[in-house]
Amino acid sequence: MAKQGDWVLIKSTILQPDQRAPQVPGDTAGVPLVQWVKGRLTADADIGQPAQVITRTGRLVSGALVEEAPAYRHSFGSFIPELLKVQEGIRRAMWGGEDRP
Amino acid sequence: MRDNSYSAVMARRNQIMKSAVGLDYSQFESGGIGFDYEGMMAATGLSMPQVTEVMRSFNVGDTPLLELRNITALARRYAPEGFGARILVKDEACNPSGSFKARRAALSVHMAREMGYRGVITATSGNYGAAVVSCCAKAGLKCIVVQECYDSRGVGQPEIIEKARKCEALGAEVVQLSVGPELFYVFLRLLEDTGYFNASLYTPYGIQGVESLGYELTEQCRQKFGRAPDMVVATNAGGGNLTGTARGMQKAGCGAPVVAASVDLKGLHMASDTQFNRKSFTTGHTGFGMPFSTWPDRSDVPRSAARPLRYMERYVTLTQGEVFYMTEMLSILEGMERGPAGNTSLAAAFCLARELPQDALLVVQETEYTGAGKHQNAQLAFAREHGITLRVGDPAEQVPGQSIVLPEHPGQLRAAEVDLNRLRRSLIHRALTDSKDMPGEADLAFLAAETRTSPAFVRQVITQLLEDDNETK
Repeated sequence: MAKQGDWVLIKSTILQPDQRAPQVPGDTAGVPLVQWVKGRLTADADIGQPAQVITRTGRLVSGALVEEAPAYRHSFGSFIPELLKVQEGIRRAMWGGEDRP
Repeated sequence: MRDNSYSAVMARRNQIMKSAVGLDYSQFESGGIGFDYEGMMAATGLSMPQVTEVMRSFNVGDTPLLELRNITALARRYAPEGFGARILVKDEACNPSGSFKARRAALSVHMAREMGYRGVITATSGNYGAAVVSCCAKAGLKCIVVQECYDSRGVGQPEIIEKARKCEALGAEVVQLSVGPELFYVFLRLLEDTGYFNASLYTPYGIQGVESLGYELTEQCRQKFGRAPDMVVATNAGGGNLTGTARGMQKAGCGAPVVAASVDLKGLHMASDTQFNRKSFTTGHTGFGMPFSTWPDRSDVPRSAARPLRYMERYVTLTQGEVFYMTEMLSILEGMERGPAGNTSLAAAFCLARELPQDALLVVQETEYTGAGKHQNAQLAFAREHGITLRVGDPAEQVPGQSIVLPEHPGQLRAAEVDLNRLRRSLIHRALTDSKDMPGEADLAFLAAETRTSPAFVRQVITQLLEDDNETK
């Protein structure tokens, strides 16, 4: 249970598939337009349950509670051996077969 | 109670925009195809020294112009004898928010404050968001950034997630959406609900801000090398970077050719939910570059100040793999880690340098910050996780959305030439809409300026179009 005043992420549906713009391609037209917003809870709420937040600009926004204390999880990703190979090739092209001291 | 249905809000768009930009665009309309572009560009009422003053008040601009000596030396090995221009880069990553977009934001936020708005909204998934938030932080204004970020499964593009983080770090509220052009609908509703200023990328304020970049790089070349640049390359998406830079160069008395460069994403639909996460570049690509060149007014203001075909001497494309490769080259040969998308123009410059003599100055007019999510390692790991094939080989064999091929050696980099006349014909076609008549002299002159051609060229294109039209009937 997230408490009133906690910093959370909520999600809401803005447009149902049948309300989408006429120009969107078929795959997009088949799914709803969804919105994610962060803010402080105006009342206690559980994950997946309806919730309301006050955003950083003071707007009141409603949706379903997705995450408490939302974190940034993006990273530099897993090791990409091709990038190492490319670096080695560029050094060779520039400095010759032996890496210059 | 206001009708907030999609169609009702879209029908109010001009009215919403008028109060959100503080500029009445109707005063520039001619009633025909054309409008008073230069009149609109003068609407800020600011001279270049005044623009510079605004930039400095936000600590924006005055970025270093660096000579890339090792990359130049390497390019010369693949050039004919005596060829291989000196490659210079304007290190725009040194701006407070990490990209040239700071220039575009500074003037907009300045105008918003002058006109008494309490806050600013911008619709962008790119570096522009952080740029606007950064200036708002300094100006004490509230700020909302609206992003297209996730596909319908909730999988976010790592580069866009990083940009959201940066916007939040600088104090913004970030509204994230799933894929679709209806972002504009959400954006309009936010403008209407808050009464905030629309810091559109495409107002005269935004583009005049970028003019400071073209002006500065010309002056820096003169100071450091005793001459103006011989060629400038700009990464092209919405067209503002190229338009502003070229106009700024002209204001500094430099008519050197400006070359547009985009990442080739041919075949990927920009509004497709399933293709959204199959691209490794979220900007600087042909998915924006082509449509915004041939129809600038598709933007979020009635008339876009970014009109790249007016200024573009050439347009070249590079593959995703070539730009990632060049990003590695910048790190390993020049000791500079800068974000991939901004290096599209650098990859183009590596190819174009071979066409110019060794004493020529070739300026790459931007860099951008890099980091988690944005970095080529993050983008390639994400691509691989999503079933994109990654290998080292011949970059010409890549298929956007299916494969990324990193070159084996520098000699494989090729800047593919875009047929500018095809884009020009497309712009003219679009401008005519449903008209079945030859436009008058004023509109012919407008279209000639729009396409950097002559009224005779425009007349010839339209004659052909009308003939083709009659034949299909």
